[in-house]
Amino acid sequence: MRGFWKLLLVQARLYLREPIATFFTIFYAPLVLLLFGAIYGNKPTPLFGGRGTMDVTVPAYIGLIIATVGLIGLPIGAAAARESGVLRRFRATPLHPLAYIISDIAVYLLMTVIGVLLLILTGAIVFHIRFEGNVLSVLAGFLLGATAFFALGYLIAGLAPTARIAQTVGMVLAFPMMFISGASIPLEVLPAKVRAISQYIPLTHVVTLMKGLWFGDSWSQHWKEVAVLVGCLLLGGAIAARTFRWE
Amino acid sequence: MGIAIEVASLHKFYGPVRAVDGVSFAVEEGEIFGMVGPNGAGKTTTIECVEGLRRPDRGTVRVLGLDPQRDGYELRRRIGVQLQEASLHPRLKVWEALDLFGSFYPHRVDGKALLEQLGLADKRNAAFEKLSGGQKQRLFVALALINDPELVFLDELITGLDPQARRATWDLVRGIRERGKTVFLTTHFMEEAERLCDRVAIIDHGKIVALDTPENLIRSLGAEQRVVFTADGQWDDTPLRGMPGVTRVEHIGERTVVYGRGEGLVGGVVGALERMGVRFRDLRTEQPTLEDVFLALTGREMRE
Repeated sequence: MRGFWKLLLVQARLYLREPIATFFTIFYAPLVLLLFGAIYGNKPTPLFGGRGTMDVTVPAYIGLIIATVGLIGLPIGAAAARESGVLRRFRATPLHPLAYIISDIAVYLLMTVIGVLLLILTGAIVFHIRFEGNVLSVLAGFLLGATAFFALGYLIAGLAPTARIAQTVGMVLAFPMMFISGASIPLEVLPAKVRAISQYIPLTHVVTLMKGLWFGDSWSQHWKEVAVLVGCLLLGGAIAARTFRWE
Repeated sequence: MGIAIEVASLHKFYGPVRAVDGVSFAVEEGEIFGMVGPNGAGKTTTIECVEGLRRPDRGTVRVLGLDPQRDGYELRRRIGVQLQEASLHPRLKVWEALDLFGSFYPHRVDGKALLEQLGLADKRNAAFEKLSGGQKQRLFVALALINDPELVFLDELITGLDPQARRATWDLVRGIRERGKTVFLTTHFMEEAERLCDRVAIIDHGKIVALDTPENLIRSLGAEQRVVFTADGQWDDTPLRGMPGVTRVEHIGERTVVYGRGEGLVGGVVGALERMGVRFRDLRTEQPTLEDVFLALTGREMRE
């Protein structure tokens, strides 16, 4: 694994040099939180079982960040590195292919974590949001949701012939998902028919799991979400590994 | 001198296309070996099979005593590769690229000195996307040399370089050989092969059609040399025509072209003109080139 840490450091630095990726990964969700917080505040409401709008929005927005990175940022980045010949150049060195892939995943994960931490920090400082769960449990749920969506992201990159197509497919999947999964609009305010559709969308399960764990649900209450996400992770990861190519 | 690369009846097919169709050659340690031919002749496929980036369909490849497919990691530690189609992240800086790629090898040279040598010292902090085509190319050469490789692969090295940068790059490649390394390069510039390579394999339609030193290839052609000069006034060219080795004499306006063979052609022509008292100027000789060799072997011009 010679060169792994250097690669990780350089890839992280390169990520932060992309203003658009950095903005949408790290700053977008906290800014939207501030905006809607200014509109709705965080007063307890019966709609959310006595919790405030911000209390339920923060865990939901974790899903928003995961979807942004996994379905938009990652497929574009992975397909562009392949298309432009960046991967070819790495392949001509003794760097282990696995070292490259692990570093790639680690950087996306790191950036997602930074975005999530900033979101939570904004919620805590500005809106004094409530947290009723277990930190480790929430962290585990987050890792499951993030890796499942990264697997889908690599799957898109692997199946798409070009970076442009990867970008299009990622966005076409991401935007509707964000709106009917509860990630940006709470499921509670959506009509029953839309809510029924939302059960077939992977992001809904990230949002439901994050919200549940955030407020102290046990994992056994969320076996369905866990099953769907583990399925995405395994199936997406397997197909992504088969369709991965260096050029 | 040992053998650095040994290739025997290498085949690579892309569907019905025989990209490489039974190529065999050996590269000796310490030489600059060139594979020349038109675009699509099979040069890049061959070099990439030797580098281990492509799997041959048939035939054997040994590089530094290793099998590029089986011992890829070990091999990649010891070779330097400049690829024809490669890129770096647009925002990666020049010094970062050297630092990063250097970290993949147990043994590496001073990146700063390398940039100095390649004329990139003032671009240290420039992002890859801000470099000109020639600067990118030179950075890739630097990356190929960062691990002080025993064997360097250069695929279409001077494509995109201006004439000045070409000459500087050639000096650099000669410098690599002077340090005892082996160089395997491909090019579709006959001039590059002729000026730089110790031995040249000419490849066409996936087959090697000739392999020798540039001098021998040109000599084997038996082509005529030409002595060209400009002479004032009227003079009788009969003594020139009668000289041994001269095959014919042509006049184009004030210019005269003497065609012939043999070592003493130039001296003979100059001597004869002086004996006749003919005032001449702008005398030069024109040698056949590898371009002529390619034409003779394939019946086609190198460039369409």
